[in-house]
Amino acid sequence: MHKTQDNRAWFLILPVVILVAFSAVIPLMTVVNYSVQDIFGPGQRYLIGLEWFRETLRDPEVHRAFLRQMAFSGIVLAIEIPLGVLVALALPRAGWKSSLAIVFLALPLLIPFNVVGTIWQLYARPEIGFFGRVINDLGIGFNYTADPISAWVTIVVMDVWHWTPLVALLAFAGLRSIPDAYYQAARIDGASRVAIFRYIELPKMRSVLTIAVLLRFMDSFMIYAEPFVVTGGGPGSATTFLSIRLVNMAVGQFDLGPAAAFSLIYFLVILLVSYVFYTILQRVSAQ
Amino acid sequence: MTMQTQTSAQPAPGIASRLKGSALSSRAIGPILLGLYLCFQMLPIYWLVRMSLMQPGDIMSSSAFLPTAPSFDNYRTIFTDPAWYMSYVNSLSYVALNVVITLSVALPAAYAFSRYKFIGDKHVFFWLFTNRMAPPAVFLLPFFQLYSAVGLFDTPLAVALAHCLFNVPLAVWILEGFMSGVPREIDETAYVDGYSFPRFFLTVFLPLVRAGIGVTAFFCFMFSWVELLLAKTLTSIEAKPIVVAMTRTVSASGLDWGLLAAAGVLTILPGAAVIYFVRNYIAKGFALGRV
Repeated sequence: MHKTQDNRAWFLILPVVILVAFSAVIPLMTVVNYSVQDIFGPGQRYLIGLEWFRETLRDPEVHRAFLRQMAFSGIVLAIEIPLGVLVALALPRAGWKSSLAIVFLALPLLIPFNVVGTIWQLYARPEIGFFGRVINDLGIGFNYTADPISAWVTIVVMDVWHWTPLVALLAFAGLRSIPDAYYQAARIDGASRVAIFRYIELPKMRSVLTIAVLLRFMDSFMIYAEPFVVTGGGPGSATTFLSIRLVNMAVGQFDLGPAAAFSLIYFLVILLVSYVFYTILQRVSAQ
Repeated sequence: MTMQTQTSAQPAPGIASRLKGSALSSRAIGPILLGLYLCFQMLPIYWLVRMSLMQPGDIMSSSAFLPTAPSFDNYRTIFTDPAWYMSYVNSLSYVALNVVITLSVALPAAYAFSRYKFIGDKHVFFWLFTNRMAPPAVFLLPFFQLYSAVGLFDTPLAVALAHCLFNVPLAVWILEGFMSGVPREIDETAYVDGYSFPRFFLTVFLPLVRAGIGVTAFFCFMFSWVELLLAKTLTSIEAKPIVVAMTRTVSASGLDWGLLAAAGVLTILPGAAVIYFVRNYIAKGFALGRV
């Protein structure tokens, strides 16, 4: 759309800038401050430069948490995006069935994160939970408190359960914007179901799917409460993702300096990856 | 399709049933898979409801599909104990505050981004967006110190302001999408007719994007209602939200799972009510005005 050049528009965005400066810039500056100091107590702090950054980048625990985090985000994106699209394709387009399915589908999105964790902590238990019992009845040994693979399966299935609806609803919104005429034209041309998907539905969903990938990447990369409630990062440190590691450092061990350096690196990684996605998104919506 | 297959295949029953089967299966496979998926979706929630109706002892000893000795005792405890029900009030009050604050700052900003070019517009837009990417864990300690320093610690306002960190950028983003869908000619006509900017904005423009405002409010409600980490850090006793009250159900005999499950079910209800009211806009809303 054509936009007018007018710098007075700054007055309109001033409230947002002030609010975000208060709730983001000041705290971020505090983090930067911590990251270059060694703090022993009130009044006892020493400037130590980039030492904490060097230490964090060399910490093998951090490396492992980072690899785990990448694996987790990769796995959930690889499952949730195709599954969400399939669910969206299967949803009825209109009528009460459509409304009902959407209400059921959206329900997990509005459950507080720790309640999601609580639900799965109980639901996946081998003795008292439906999910855990069914898997064990199939003859597969499943116990998420002792076995790392079970713990990973539980966390991944929980995330798929929790967030696939977001992808499905986004994809559904994209599908609904396709005029009926496109489908009629495809039917006249004798296009196969796969061809309709490939040449009509997928292009129309491209921009909403980019949003879905962006949101899912950011949120899965910051995941904290759900795995923390279910496994507490265990067994051992098998499900200790970046946020869990960070909170342990900052609140558990009160290592403010290293935690702050870690925070900044963490933030920069998300920023970098999201910038790439964001640029792609801008390019897609420009087309 | 199915009707034709049935009638034309009448003389040869064997082929007919096979044909009918394949026609039915290709037609029905979508709804069946969707049904299965919705079962997968609802079962964990059912399990929570089931446990909320049981006593802790029964929960730990039974994995039967139906609840054993169901009763509403857990719910009665929650509704008669102020420590429980006041935490719901706390949660709802910071969520409401957050929605109001977020919308009142995001509406003018989204308008500016959708209508004007100005120095640094793209940079500010991306900078806002970066805050949506900031992991709340990064901000825990600074937030605690900042809100303690200004005397807001343990008030709903502190949590509401902290949640603006991720809700304001999202709100600007969604609203900008919806506002860009409103033709510029409407603005120009209104100015030609002698409307001042505030009058035009409040009486003409906002009603035009009310679907977008509703959708934005829904998203702000959602992300504020479900957040745990910041809400937990910024409150202690006075403003304790329900998500935090739930993390403290440890008694002498260990965790009271029944009570925890009942509290969990009650945290799902406001969300379910909100979804019900916006069910017809939800599909459009999830496209964030950008389809």
